[in-house]
Amino acid sequence: MYRFIARRLGSGVVLIAALATLTFFLLYLGAGDRIARQLLGEDADDAAVRAKEHELGLDRPIWTQFGHWASGAVHGDLGTSWFNGQDVRTAILSRLSVTVTLVIGSTLLTVVLATVLGVVAATRGGWVDRVVQFLGVLGHAVPNFLISLGLVTLFAISLHWFRPTGYVRFADSPQLWLSSITLPVLALTINGVSGVVQQVRGSVLDELGRDYVRTLRSRGLPESRVVYRHVLRNAAGPALSFLGVQVVGLLGGAVIIEQVFAIPGLGQVAVTATGQGDIPLVMGLVVVSAVLVVLVNLLVDLVQGWLNPKVRLG
Amino acid sequence: MNEPLLQVRDLVVEYPVKGLRRPPFRALHGVGLDVDAGETVGLVGESGSGKTTFGRAVLGLAPVTSGSIRFRGREISRLSRSARRGLAAQIQVVFQDPYTSLNPSLVIERTLVEPLLARRVPADEARRRVRDLLDQVHLPADAGRRLPREFSGGQRQRIAIARALALSPALIVCDEPVSALDLSTQARVLSLFREIQERTGVAYLFVSHDLAVVRHLSHRVAVMRAGEIVESGEVRQVTDHPQHPYTQKLFLAAPLPDPQAQRERREARRRLRAETA
Amino acid sequence: MSDPSLAVPDVASVPAPGSLRRLLRNPLGVAAIGWLALVLVSALLASWLSPYDPDEPAARDILAGPGSAHLLGADGSGRDILSRLLHASQISVAGAALTLLVAAVIGIGAGLLAGYYGGWTETAGTWVASLIMALPGIVALLAVRAVVGPSLWTTMAIFGVLLSPAFYRVVHAAVSGVRNELYVDAARVSGLSDPRIIGRHVLTVVRAPAIILAAGVGSAAIALQSGITFLGLGDPSVPTWGGMLNDAFANIYTAPVALAWPSLAIGVTCVALTLLSNALRDALERTAEPAPTRHDADDEHAAPPAPSGGEALLEVRDLVVAYRRPDGSARRVVDEVSLSVREGEVHGLVGESGSGKTQTAFSILRLLPAGARTSGSIVFDGTELTGLPAKRLTRLRGDAIAYIPQEPMSNLDPSFTVGSQLVEPIRTHRGYGRAQARARALELLDRVGIPDPERTFRAYPHEISGGMAQRVLIAGAVACEPKLLIADEPTTALDVTVQAEVLDLLRDLRDDLGMGVLLVTHDFGVVADLCDRVSVMRHGRVVETGPVDALFAAPQHPYTRALFDAVIATGEPAGSPQDGADA
Repeated sequence: MYRFIARRLGSGVVLIAALATLTFFLLYLGAGDRIARQLLGEDADDAAVRAKEHELGLDRPIWTQFGHWASGAVHGDLGTSWFNGQDVRTAILSRLSVTVTLVIGSTLLTVVLATVLGVVAATRGGWVDRVVQFLGVLGHAVPNFLISLGLVTLFAISLHWFRPTGYVRFADSPQLWLSSITLPVLALTINGVSGVVQQVRGSVLDELGRDYVRTLRSRGLPESRVVYRHVLRNAAGPALSFLGVQVVGLLGGAVIIEQVFAIPGLGQVAVTATGQGDIPLVMGLVVVSAVLVVLVNLLVDLVQGWLNPKVRLG
Repeated sequence: MNEPLLQVRDLVVEYPVKGLRRPPFRALHGVGLDVDAGETVGLVGESGSGKTTFGRAVLGLAPVTSGSIRFRGREISRLSRSARRGLAAQIQVVFQDPYTSLNPSLVIERTLVEPLLARRVPADEARRRVRDLLDQVHLPADAGRRLPREFSGGQRQRIAIARALALSPALIVCDEPVSALDLSTQARVLSLFREIQERTGVAYLFVSHDLAVVRHLSHRVAVMRAGEIVESGEVRQVTDHPQHPYTQKLFLAAPLPDPQAQRERREARRRLRAETA
Repeated sequence: MSDPSLAVPDVASVPAPGSLRRLLRNPLGVAAIGWLALVLVSALLASWLSPYDPDEPAARDILAGPGSAHLLGADGSGRDILSRLLHASQISVAGAALTLLVAAVIGIGAGLLAGYYGGWTETAGTWVASLIMALPGIVALLAVRAVVGPSLWTTMAIFGVLLSPAFYRVVHAAVSGVRNELYVDAARVSGLSDPRIIGRHVLTVVRAPAIILAAGVGSAAIALQSGITFLGLGDPSVPTWGGMLNDAFANIYTAPVALAWPSLAIGVTCVALTLLSNALRDALERTAEPAPTRHDADDEHAAPPAPSGGEALLEVRDLVVAYRRPDGSARRVVDEVSLSVREGEVHGLVGESGSGKTQTAFSILRLLPAGARTSGSIVFDGTELTGLPAKRLTRLRGDAIAYIPQEPMSNLDPSFTVGSQLVEPIRTHRGYGRAQARARALELLDRVGIPDPERTFRAYPHEISGGMAQRVLIAGAVACEPKLLIADEPTTALDVTVQAEVLDLLRDLRDDLGMGVLLVTHDFGVVADLCDRVSVMRHGRVVETGPVDALFAAPQHPYTRALFDAVIATGEPAGSPQDGADA
């Protein structure tokens, strides 16, 4: 089991390193001298641009720049913003918790909803199944920012149940905090849950058709035990892999949704940094996202290993 | 003394095992076997004995680590892909599973003309030959326009035989060709194999776990266990007077469809077990 | 395409029979196609259909409501919403098409190579795919946007690269599944070249999943494109649905209706593409449907409890099992079957595939697949089983009536240890404590001849051999000392030497426990070895029943005789090639 974890962790680190290297060269080579000019304004003279490039270290060979960045990154230093000189790590970490809260809230809600709806759709069949399937198509197809807009229009602007936008920190007021994240979490979940429901439904149906289910029934086990202990456990594997991909999607979805709800999370940093061409900040965001994704995948692998003896021993 | 059609010597097949520094899995440990033109050699063994791997090695579908496979005197175990394609007219195959050995989305004619077209036979001529082949395996003339799922297991196996015959090969490797079939279908397909051999003089390498089937069709028999041949010889000698203890055990384990004879066989098996234990 | 033979005219190629017709019979699919056609037409004819120049602002029309001047109103700069919607559909369609093209070309190409050739191409492809998927798409796109600026086309092309792993995975999975199919082996042996095999056998399996995926990717492309432009990261000089939404969102309190038009355009188009994808899936593949209702309630009628007049442990009378065909008529797979099993007797139920023997066995245990309808009477030990409430039947199953399946490996739950699967029913039926049930399970494993019960108890199913697994299943079946054992081809999946041992074990257990056994098999050798009486089935009916010795000595029914004639075990060997006739 430890070797299994170590192997997964190792390949995750390699993945992050490869991604960071690739992104670094794409960003810094792609940026060229456009960035310095953009920072100074279009009418800056060439000498000023040169001076700015020298200040940012852009006139050094790309390998030197990369070495500098990488040696810092290994120690947790992701550089400073080109715009306001803020430390990139601080800028990201201060916003990280908000985004992670949204993603975790939405993931938990997704797991509960998907399990219940997926199992019910698979075992009941008939109209229950059709309704779940149809809602699934709608939730999956409509982009999350549209869902957000719909929720804001309905619950905040028409019904005044929630504040339309803004974020309150938990420490300031737990009640307002909950109220401020309810709609964003709902919007994220509605968009993401349907795929997981489909996956759970499909896996449960597959498992129900397997031989061992008939044999378990022949042994006189109650149907609820067959479904919830045996079928669900075997169906969880494929559904979990899908959930892993889905959580990565939620992370991306949060970027857009934060914009709609004016929530100060990573998404806002990302959009601002992108618009300004703040390359060190963008670089930092890529690395942090990759770390989050690797952590999610590791978690999924661990749960898989716990569920499935073949994975654990293999 | 004529050279055998197929001459296999010291054949070793190894499959790589996933994971670093793990030794490869050795499926065959130096196996030798001859097949003469026009004869049927039965290869018997239980699961994991390597009998299927042997057939696949002859077909060029398994990695040969060492040893030689000579066909009409020519070494064929290490041919390039294109040279191997040239052998298609000589060595053919009928697989066990009639459900996965035909592409489910192609009509029968399409599957059958493919090897002919690949050898530059004109399309009209190829289609005529296919109708002829379907007739040879006793399938209706309109069978070519239908999909595999419209046929029963036995009919599909006839189609697979027709595909094998399309290029008039000298040797057909038959990998458990009747074990997925019902008893009465089995008998009919086996007699089709015999009939084709009498008419065309094709040789069969007949791989099976079923002693009765092998005995029914083969001239010579080889018994495999754990990647090695433990006994081989003329069919009567091996099946009526097995020498190796494993062959004896194998024969006594197969139940006879006669309550009285089976009671005796069961007793004989108990005695053998007591002796060897 | 250097192979000239590829140019040979198609011989009876398959027109994927009926899949288009199935698609057009799906109302949601037709609606989706209709909407997408509308979007396409308005994209093509935008310049002619638009009443205004989409980029011309009119100060007096700012945020004008829908009316005769502006059919759908005007936006925050006084530009005509309808005209902008129409022009924006051009961008959406072309952008989605670009994304789709890039994703499909890269993903399908790489998937075919990696799937068919395996080896390092597979390793590399899968690694690159997971590298691309390690970033949320939007983060990757934002990063690219930081460098290349707001060009929509570059963004969509890059998005195509980011989505290509979806195609790669689907194609790779389909192709590597096919790579080891016997028909591909057969094609290789037939001398077909690799391009020919890919073209003929591999592309056909890739087609359906790729088409289904394409519709989904189109939907994702439009969603993402609108998302990016909604965030204000698009090119402000071209009208886009997302950009319009952004503008409307800024004025949500003054002109909320303006929000509706771009929302509808984006939402309905994405839903239409997803519905199309689902409709295509239904048309091209058939997916599993859940059972409509629990099958326990499907007995047509409960026969009156038959006065079981004798020593028979199991008395089946006039059993019928039928399934409904798609056209509504009933297909009888078991047709008025009657048979009885006495205590301590092994009754063989023998027949070829499709004779209804397994269906008969399952209907006694009420384990038939959903949709089966049964009638007739099944009396076990004086109790009528048909119409017995599900709860009471469940208590009988595994306790007084037990079952041994055919395939050892697939009949054990792969996620639980052998031990826990044995303990669970024992505790359910006997109410034993944990330790007591465990002791009983170990005793059973020992009884069925497993050399190291402790180790097997702790093992997972994939860690034991098929023969061992079958012994475990037998141990599970006899755990509660059943009166009746139903064995469905219990040795068919085993090697002959293992089969002989398992048959011996079944005989011993029958002697020890005095069970009645209903043994389903197709093998007359197994019948001769183990059975006391035998019933021969054909087309759902029992054609002949009798004691084994008598029936083997003098079969009465012509079908039984034909079956015996087909048995080759006792026939003469082929002999040598030259003198094959002298045997």
